[in-house]
Amino acid sequence: MKKKWGILGALFTFLALGQAVKDFPALGDPQQPASIHVVPRYVEKTIEETYVPNAITSIIADYRGYDTNYETTVIFTAGLSVMMILGGALKWRKNGKT
Amino acid sequence: MYELLKHYNYWLYALILAVGLYGMMSKSNLMKKLIAMSIFQWAIIYYFISIGAKKGGNIPIFPEHGIEKLTIRAHDYVNPLPHVLMLTAIVVGVATTGIALALLIKIWHNWNTLEEDEILERMRNE
Amino acid sequence: MEEKWEDLIIETISRILIPFIQTYALYVLAHGHSSPGGGFQGGCIYAASLILLFLLYGPRGLEGNFPIKFLFILSALGVGVSYAGIGALCMLFGKNFLDYAALNNLLPHGPVEARYYGIAMVETGVQFTVMCTMALIFLKLLQEERTSV
Repeated sequence: MKKKWGILGALFTFLALGQAVKDFPALGDPQQPASIHVVPRYVEKTIEETYVPNAITSIIADYRGYDTNYETTVIFTAGLSVMMILGGALKWRKNGKT
Repeated sequence: MYELLKHYNYWLYALILAVGLYGMMSKSNLMKKLIAMSIFQWAIIYYFISIGAKKGGNIPIFPEHGIEKLTIRAHDYVNPLPHVLMLTAIVVGVATTGIALALLIKIWHNWNTLEEDEILERMRNE
Repeated sequence: MEEKWEDLIIETISRILIPFIQTYALYVLAHGHSSPGGGFQGGCIYAASLILLFLLYGPRGLEGNFPIKFLFILSALGVGVSYAGIGALCMLFGKNFLDYAALNNLLPHGPVEARYYGIAMVETGVQFTVMCTMALIFLKLLQEERTSV
């Protein structure tokens, strides 16, 4: 019963995504909208504005450094919430037995 | 028909997404649902990375020596922005899987099973 | 009475490999400027060495140098002092938050070199947080609950 509805739902999602595939740019197109807006400025000016040859590191830590700050906060929050869910533990488990 | 087959890589990502969605909806073990959610998330990451591909493009890391003689045109380098965004997404996915596993441990301690229908039955009979 | 966690094959290989894994993680962090790498990648590799140490010697292997409280405090320092602290330090000199060109008042170079060093400091903070959180999630999932108060 659950399998039937599962297959139906997954198939419907696959066909709905297939409808959207028609509008995407082709693979490897140099004029697609994701590559002409702000990325040429990042790639061309990364050597003269920061002396870092790695364009990805200079984007992640300098041009988009604010997003990386909050992303590190998200990782810290995940560690914090694991400590809170499984808190108060004292003994170490071995092989699943106490 | 040729128009649809030209975007063959997007069909592949849609297939991986549909497989993950099927696993989340129709399996009744909670651990299998968690793994299917992880498969679903990787389909999204592949899609974003494939946006930045370019025909005949080089990686956007310039050599350290001899950089003064190089004229940089953004036309021959792979788009680095999706790589940056997905670096964040991958680590967030790992953290989310860790929290979900911690919740599964608490469920196991409380009801001693990880099957979804058994949990519902034990909750009703409490 | 404690059971022994040691195993001969794992112990022989890991005692050779663990220092090299940790050194490699610090190299990946430091060479993030001119090769693929950076804070996230170096943090994950260092966390792998801590998990190997736990698989080798059990909880006693990590209690001396990396107890769970220390890992927790270090991950908070990584995001708070090493990332947001550098950003607030840039604000003290009148520029925007995380504008590394303001660090040329502290460092003896021009504003462009100050951005270079600002990126390096920030990546170190990210490495601390990612390493401690990955090891913390793993260790916490293997502890056991208190069954009586």
